[in-house]
Amino acid sequence: MKFIIAIIQPHRLDAVREALSAIGVTGMTASEVKGFGRQGGHSEIYRGAEYTVHYLPKVKLEIAVNGDMADRAVETIAEAGRTGKIGDGKVFVLDLESALRVRTGETGEEAL
Amino acid sequence: MINGADTAWILTSTALVLFMTLPGLALFYAGLVRATNILSVLMQCVAIAALLSILWLIAGYSLAFAEGTPWIGGLGKMMLMGVARDQVFDGTGLPETVFFMFQMTFAIITPALIVGAFVERIRFSAVLLFSALWLLLVYAPVTHWVWGGGWLGAMGVKDFAGGIVVHVTAGVAAIVLAVMVGARTGFPSQVQPPHAPWMVMVGASMLWVGWFGFNAGSALSAGADAGMAMLVTHVSAATATLVWIVIEWLRFGRPSLVGAVTGTIAGLATITPASGFVGPIGGLACGLAGGVICYLAVDLVRNRMRIDDSLDVMAVHGVGGATGTLLTALLMSASLGGVGHGEASSVGSQFLVQLTGVAVTAIYCAVVSVVIVMIVKATTGLRVALDQEREGLDLASHGETGYNQ
Repeated sequence: MKFIIAIIQPHRLDAVREALSAIGVTGMTASEVKGFGRQGGHSEIYRGAEYTVHYLPKVKLEIAVNGDMADRAVETIAEAGRTGKIGDGKVFVLDLESALRVRTGETGEEAL
Repeated sequence: MINGADTAWILTSTALVLFMTLPGLALFYAGLVRATNILSVLMQCVAIAALLSILWLIAGYSLAFAEGTPWIGGLGKMMLMGVARDQVFDGTGLPETVFFMFQMTFAIITPALIVGAFVERIRFSAVLLFSALWLLLVYAPVTHWVWGGGWLGAMGVKDFAGGIVVHVTAGVAAIVLAVMVGARTGFPSQVQPPHAPWMVMVGASMLWVGWFGFNAGSALSAGADAGMAMLVTHVSAATATLVWIVIEWLRFGRPSLVGAVTGTIAGLATITPASGFVGPIGGLACGLAGGVICYLAVDLVRNRMRIDDSLDVMAVHGVGGATGTLLTALLMSASLGGVGHGEASSVGSQFLVQLTGVAVTAIYCAVVSVVIVMIVKATTGLRVALDQEREGLDLASHGETGYNQ
């Protein structure tokens, strides 16, 4: 099992969710987060004064998938989330040790 | 004799001008600060309105408008003692109660304007003490000088609705406070941008509408003077809004909402002293001049002088009010559609009178404001502790938060 953490542009969330559903991903968690990468934030101008906004709004997706599904899911996130501009985000993949469905007590891949 | 039409209009204007502070100015300012300071700004405006209303009744009104010396009014009208229910205010068709209330709303908004200088770092107790002393020691005497039978009015200073009385005094006091309280921690590079520009627009729009009462109400009658005052007020506000949009569009490629509505306020402040003396051309000219000059002033105070007059009280109100006061000398000319100069004065002589009014008021206001701030510093203290400033005044000073999940 793999655990995928994807940081994406907020306005690509719907496209990414639809694409993942289409390849059979059945669940995910999305959070509104703030962060910066190499772009280092941006600046806004109010009354002629420049303010640096360090943390930009992003969406963090957390998805647990079967091991053989992980590569396809990562590719799908990358394709659906890409705008080609700075700030498109990153995808991280971790080994997932265990999983448990709370309602039934199922464990492992059965729980995903 | 009491005139029903005049009284009805000034009753309405009184409501409009109170609406400028609560909630107009309060929202205008609250949108410009961090999300963790929104309530503190709203609270400062509410508390100032309540406290100064009572002080106005106790002594402020009397010091401004009771018979006295050329320098300050007497104490004869403290608590409105001896003012009969149906007493007419001299030279008007208004019950004195209505004149009292109308002027009270000006006495409220002027110290409330100063709030913009010290937001996000001031102690709440300092706001109250400063505003109370400032009302009695600066606002009341200056009002007496210009409108209450004092020496500036006798000299012929033209200030229809408060370019000197309201905007120059607020602007100068703002600079004094910004310097003496000190900048926000992290100013200028690390302060945060306005948390709710939409709220700034809502507040500015309320100010725009309320300003019809401020300027057209200052005619103290319902007639031609009020009509033209409202017209030129609107023309100036619209012109200055466009000026800021154009400047930002040219300079940054994108015109901002915060910039546009700041232009609105600059135009309104600039036309204020002129509004009863000029015609439509004068309204356009005040909007153009006020828009451009206030824009340059924001840059000058914040970016070159590095003074953290946080919400640009001096640059927008002080400079706008002074610009309009000086321009009045020219724009009141009959050839430009104004009411014309009397036989005894000309553009040049009126300009010198206007300049004297602005300069003397600015100097007096600066000196007395410095003394008041020293008193406040020695009693309540001026600033909150650094960790309270970081946490935000909403929680640190008032124990509540503006946005709960």
